[in-house]
Amino acid sequence: MIEYFAIVMGAALLVLMIPVFYRIWVGPTSYDRILGVNVIGTKTAVLLVVIGTLYDRVDMFVDFAIAYALLSFVTAIVVSRYLNRTISQKEMETREKKAGT
Amino acid sequence: MSMIDFKVIAASGEVSLFPLHLLGMFFGSLGLVFFLGAAVGLIRFPDFYTRMHAAGKGDTLSTMLMLTGFGLVTMEDFSLGSWLLFVKIMGVVLFIFIASPTVSHVLMRAASEDDEMPLTKNDGKKSSNKGKKRN
Repeated sequence: MIEYFAIVMGAALLVLMIPVFYRIWVGPTSYDRILGVNVIGTKTAVLLVVIGTLYDRVDMFVDFAIAYALLSFVTAIVVSRYLNRTISQKEMETREKKAGT
Repeated sequence: MSMIDFKVIAASGEVSLFPLHLLGMFFGSLGLVFFLGAAVGLIRFPDFYTRMHAAGKGDTLSTMLMLTGFGLVTMEDFSLGSWLLFVKIMGVVLFIFIASPTVSHVLMRAASEDDEMPLTKNDGKKSSNKGKKRN
């Protein structure tokens, strides 16, 4: 019963990840892509717990899930801060050009 | 029925409909419904900020519900290891409860400082200004 529940849950998670992949693929802005990557990352942590339930080794897979959630959080924060910083640098250069001319 | 009957049923490997398992399956299915909402919103919404609204809320709540559900499902007996596992999964839930709104906040602030314009009332349905920037 629990095995069937875990299999159905994992399959449904994978199927519902397809729209998020679509948003990563055609996302008009780069922020949409980071948003999709973040959603996929948190759902992969859930998927790791599902896999652990299937193999009866949840005590091991939960540690992987913790590490993956931490890594996904740090990735999203760093990429968005990086984009923000490059944008502000570009703005500063245009302001300097305007001030120079 | 006493608790010992459930334990015998769960240990014998038959169809075990332990109440905690039922509760866990209910939570997992509810999380799947919320994730369906997040995925549909992520596809259908016209603007970055509305997509972020759908993805942030639906993703956070569905992840928390699913992890809680699996924590309840894997709780077969009430031994020490089982409790430790449940506490670990609830630790992941607490982390996601803090981290996912933080990511939403940082992303929205980055997009807002990049002059990513939200849709306004003047934007008709035909002219979608996806990714258009104020200049």
